[in-house]
Amino acid sequence: MSMILLIEQALNGLQFGVMLFVMAAGLTLVFGVMGLINLAHGSLYMIGAFAAATVAGLTGSFLLALAASLAAAAAAGAIVEIAVIRRLYARDHLDQVLATFALILIFSEGTRWLFGSFPLFLDTPDWLSGPVELPGGILYPAYRLGIIGVGLAVALGLYLLISRTRLGIRIRAGESDREMIAALGVDISKLYTLVFALGAALAGLAGALVGAIQSVQVGMGEPVLILAFVVIVIGGIGSIKGALVASLLVGLTDTMGGFLLPIAFAQVMEPANAMLLGSALASMLIYILMAVVLIVRPSGLFGVRS
Amino acid sequence: MLNVDNIELHYGAAQALRGVSLTAQPGKVMTVLGRNGVGKTTLLRAIAGRNPVSAGTISFQGQDVTRTRSEARARGGIAMVPQGREIFPLLSVKENLETGFARLPRRERTIPAEVFELFPVLKDMLSRRGGDLSGGQQQQLAIGRALVMRPDLLVLDEPTEGIQPSIIKDIGRAITFLRNRGDMAIVLVEQYFEFARDLADDYVVMDRGEITLSGTAAEMDEDEVLRRIAV
Repeated sequence: MSMILLIEQALNGLQFGVMLFVMAAGLTLVFGVMGLINLAHGSLYMIGAFAAATVAGLTGSFLLALAASLAAAAAAGAIVEIAVIRRLYARDHLDQVLATFALILIFSEGTRWLFGSFPLFLDTPDWLSGPVELPGGILYPAYRLGIIGVGLAVALGLYLLISRTRLGIRIRAGESDREMIAALGVDISKLYTLVFALGAALAGLAGALVGAIQSVQVGMGEPVLILAFVVIVIGGIGSIKGALVASLLVGLTDTMGGFLLPIAFAQVMEPANAMLLGSALASMLIYILMAVVLIVRPSGLFGVRS
Repeated sequence: MLNVDNIELHYGAAQALRGVSLTAQPGKVMTVLGRNGVGKTTLLRAIAGRNPVSAGTISFQGQDVTRTRSEARARGGIAMVPQGREIFPLLSVKENLETGFARLPRRERTIPAEVFELFPVLKDMLSRRGGDLSGGQQQQLAIGRALVMRPDLLVLDEPTEGIQPSIIKDIGRAITFLRNRGDMAIVLVEQYFEFARDLADDYVVMDRGEITLSGTAAEMDEDEVLRRIAV
């Protein structure tokens, strides 16, 4: 095992982690502020990817494609919040799960109807398609470094938004006492639509960023949604900081586990068996991580004890 | 200014208010007295729009606000200091005060100097978390937050509950100052009789969701009031 390979895998884990953060941030924000479980968050991810692929196909510009992913997912989020989601805040979580599951089906079939079942492809832009030489002579794809950069920028931006702005004060105040924040003259429905659209825009951005590495197709959001739920449960539901730490943890655990476990098992058994057992265990690793965190801290790493 | 006319309010099948009427005028303190559980808090929540009434009308500055939502009433100038204070524990004192900005135009979004003149302790604690303050300090913060809104009507729900005597005095002074300034109507719900009597211009006594006695503080029959609010 070479050092270079190890660092490469760590960077892959980091890239996977920040992408999960961009996805999970909106989910945890919506749960923290509105108390809503939104299964359709993965659909917004898909909408972002499709919008990006469409606009990139029409204009050839990757930056316009990213802007389109943000705009399309935010608009879809705002429409869905106003039409459906705001009727669910007062209901219990089971109703929310059922209704947002229905939204997944509607969005998936709607997308299939518009774009067909074949995957679309979104190419990485020329100026990010080559490798970059990192210190130590490591060659790493520029596009993946770009994702890491965007993810960290989103984290910083969200931190500043939540901790430094008036909107951030309202979001945090609304998290702890929505009745009181309304009694202070804040228009709660507008605030909720805004928060939901913000979370949706981030999901759309994540979809577009990943769409250029994988393919853009119906159903692409659901596997990521499950991982995003794992992330927010580990991080503590409602905590942005927790989502950041947990997504890096999950990204690194998943990637490094898949890389290191087969190597470790190969020390004590035949390579073929080690490969089999190692990758089987690796795919369970993040769920084991979640279980351990929940045993030690039932409300997650940064969760507020209720 | 504030005109509550013959309101009824139900929690499910239970009736919490029966034909309650009350007025409040700028420069005056209307005090609501009564035992626990007779509907005083419910009345304030109805005024602030936090619970819908089932009959009757509430008008504020000449407008019918009976069906107006709580945030719109706050924008119209009704500020509430709720029971239990409801400050935001994870926000700093400064941020808690800034939550009162929502109804103000951008250029007026400042914390008025009077907040710190009335409650100097808040000035020293601006960067502390609201939840780290003592109960009395939290109460001062809740009143300060309401004053940041520059309200025309201030409703206070038992501001002395569980508060040490020295801070009760500060709160009493603050209410007197606001009353004497003359531009704000005040509705005060209180169980602490002497505190309420000293501040009141007018009073009502409630029992089982109804107003059973009312009048001006100057003509108050203290023995009769005490008899009706004694536990």
